[in-house]
Amino acid sequence: MDTMTLEQRKKIHPHKYSLWIAMGSITMMFIGFTSAYIVKRSQANWLAFELPHIFWLSTAIILTSSLTVHLALKQFKERNMQRYKQLITLTAILGVAFAVCQWIGFSQMKNMGLPLNGPVSASFIYVIVGVHMLHVLGGVVALLIMFGRAYRTRVRTYSPVPIEVAATYWHFVDVLWIYLLIFLSIAR
Amino acid sequence: MSNEATLHSQQEVMHGAHDHHDHEHHHEGSFISKYVFSMDHKMIAKQFLITGIVWAIIGAFFSVLFRLQLGFPDATFPWLESILGHWAKGGRISAEAYYALVTMHGTILVFFVLTAGLSGTFSNLLIPLQVGARDMASPFMNCLSYWFFFLASLVMMASLFVQTGPASGGWTMYPPLSALGDASIGSKVGVDLWLTSMALFVVSQLLGGLNYISTLLNMRTKGMAMTKMPLTIWSFFFTAVLGVLSFPVLLSGFILLLMDRHAGTSFYLSDIFIAGKALANEGGSAILYQHLFWFLGHPEVYIIILPAMGMVSEVLAVSARKPIFGYLAMIGSLFAICILAFLVWAHHMFVTGLNPFLGAFFVLLTLLIAVPSAIKVFNWITTIWKGNINFTPASLFSIGFVSTFISGGLTGIWLGNSSIDIHLHDTMFVIAHFHIVMGVSAFFGMFAGIYHWFPKMYGRFMNQTIGYIHFWVTMIGAYLIFWPMHYEGMAGMPRRYYDVSGWASFKQFGGLNEFITIVVILVFAVQLLFVFNFFYSIFKGRKMTTQNPWNATTLEWTTPIHAGHGNWPGEIPEVYRWAYDYSKDGRDFIPQTEPIGPNESAH
Repeated sequence: MDTMTLEQRKKIHPHKYSLWIAMGSITMMFIGFTSAYIVKRSQANWLAFELPHIFWLSTAIILTSSLTVHLALKQFKERNMQRYKQLITLTAILGVAFAVCQWIGFSQMKNMGLPLNGPVSASFIYVIVGVHMLHVLGGVVALLIMFGRAYRTRVRTYSPVPIEVAATYWHFVDVLWIYLLIFLSIAR
Repeated sequence: MSNEATLHSQQEVMHGAHDHHDHEHHHEGSFISKYVFSMDHKMIAKQFLITGIVWAIIGAFFSVLFRLQLGFPDATFPWLESILGHWAKGGRISAEAYYALVTMHGTILVFFVLTAGLSGTFSNLLIPLQVGARDMASPFMNCLSYWFFFLASLVMMASLFVQTGPASGGWTMYPPLSALGDASIGSKVGVDLWLTSMALFVVSQLLGGLNYISTLLNMRTKGMAMTKMPLTIWSFFFTAVLGVLSFPVLLSGFILLLMDRHAGTSFYLSDIFIAGKALANEGGSAILYQHLFWFLGHPEVYIIILPAMGMVSEVLAVSARKPIFGYLAMIGSLFAICILAFLVWAHHMFVTGLNPFLGAFFVLLTLLIAVPSAIKVFNWITTIWKGNINFTPASLFSIGFVSTFISGGLTGIWLGNSSIDIHLHDTMFVIAHFHIVMGVSAFFGMFAGIYHWFPKMYGRFMNQTIGYIHFWVTMIGAYLIFWPMHYEGMAGMPRRYYDVSGWASFKQFGGLNEFITIVVILVFAVQLLFVFNFFYSIFKGRKMTTQNPWNATTLEWTTPIHAGHGNWPGEIPEVYRWAYDYSKDGRDFIPQTEPIGPNESAH
């Protein structure tokens, strides 16, 4: 037991540990939303409709960005700082593009006659997708901080922990989106 | 030690380009970095505690005000008009003000005092000290956690002063009342501020909870296996797990409520008429909010009581000079309560038209909580059984905790039965039940913690005589206040009503209500005495001369009397034994840092 805990102490950095718990916490929030969605769906007056097609494009974008952030981490560890900077910039741009796509999806829904204050089924999409979008933008902010650090000249950091934390979070919001997309497509 | 390395690497990150300090001398920062934006877990604990005390005074004072209305519905108190203005015209609290006071009393006490003030204080203070860490996993996040709480406090405080008054639909903030600004004066901007404040509060709790969990799982000193941790740490662990898993669900419920208020959505609203006018909202369900709210709301009561349980376990063992009875059973029952906490939320909703068949499951799961609770109670009693008890204020409050936890817990078995709950729901019986089992008990746990760890926080002792007066008046007063409420509730007297003297069946309680109000005022005065004792003792209390005044085994008493940031000046001590080696092998106590001797067996 003692040796095990000792090894564990060395293995997981506290920030990474906190991130994993935070991801559990964010997951609980979306479980809250999606279970509210299920409860509401089983009641009367539920209007089913098809999701905006642009959500598939945004899915492709966020999957690509997961790949770029993974490559960025690899480049950082190999100390290819130029490639690393390019890749996190690309990832952040893809993150913003994802948010833009979601926003276009919202306006498409509005044009379909499904505004935010319309049927509850549509309101749920706006809220769930919107809150997820905010989490992606939070990731973009984290990447911008990484970017600022990479250009810092006075202090150089060699620890991969911050970028590892950011990358793990990025994969998390990606997986979360896949879950939401599947959930919202199936449970209509 | 890897802990040290972690702390140092964090400071590196935080200080950025600054020169690296010599870590043998823990740097004395400026006033701002030492007392205001401190990253030392001990200072953050004190910040949580003092903010909590300020809130407790406000919240308790509100209860005095509305008890005045309940006890003396026909009397006028001109001084009320001078403090409440048009909310108490002619010296009588208006109905709107009464609802606002009741709502704010609940919100403040449940969230700002007994959640942030209790686990915020003692998790911060004790987790690093008792597991042997230099600080939290992320001191910066810990500092943020306090300042988010402070912001939440500011917003909530501001809501008390807006023209239309604070939120006043009850601390549970049920829609549709809370969702429609036109529904009542207390549903206007006050509710928006309430929701904003609570969202900030949730962020604060999550930042804190993440830190508590990762610190105590990841940064324990050498030898501190999970099964060697004091029960305080176990209880903080389960508290943090409950918070991290349930507060986000509350937040999602609040987001939907905000959308209903401002974006015209209908998550919770359907077919509503206000002043004869039909609203456009259709297809929503007000019950949905109750599900989301109570999915947090029930774990929340355990977030409040678990830290108190942990501290009481520790204080009872220390003051009875005996090992805690059934250490593993204590952990097991904490775990069982933690699991069951997520499976019983619908027992708050028996009268919402819940399917009785479904209700039966919730009754069963609710009554199951009696099992781990009873295990804990028996273990506390057997811990002090035939012990050589030092009756310090801390140990008295711990024993008081066990008493109120039993008498309040028993009425929980009544309310957990859906058939009895239909009669007792929303009556004073419920008020009596949860105030005794959750309010008074949690406060007793908190007082025990404050009296016991005050020397660790400030290097001085609190005055014992005032402590004894504080205990006895509070203990007797609490029973005098809440015991009669059981009878009122069984007779059907509803909670939250502004004035019940219009009903012949409740008029009989006029004298009783007066009596309760008078005791409330007395007990409130004694709490002010405690606050005086607290602040006076910080500056003038008897000085601590030894590191370990209670002869306790745990690690926090191996730090210097005024420990700097980093807690131990040298190496972090190694741990060899569990935390409860009292009266073992003819010795009064054996600290955790002492290796197990050749002729000795581990517990």
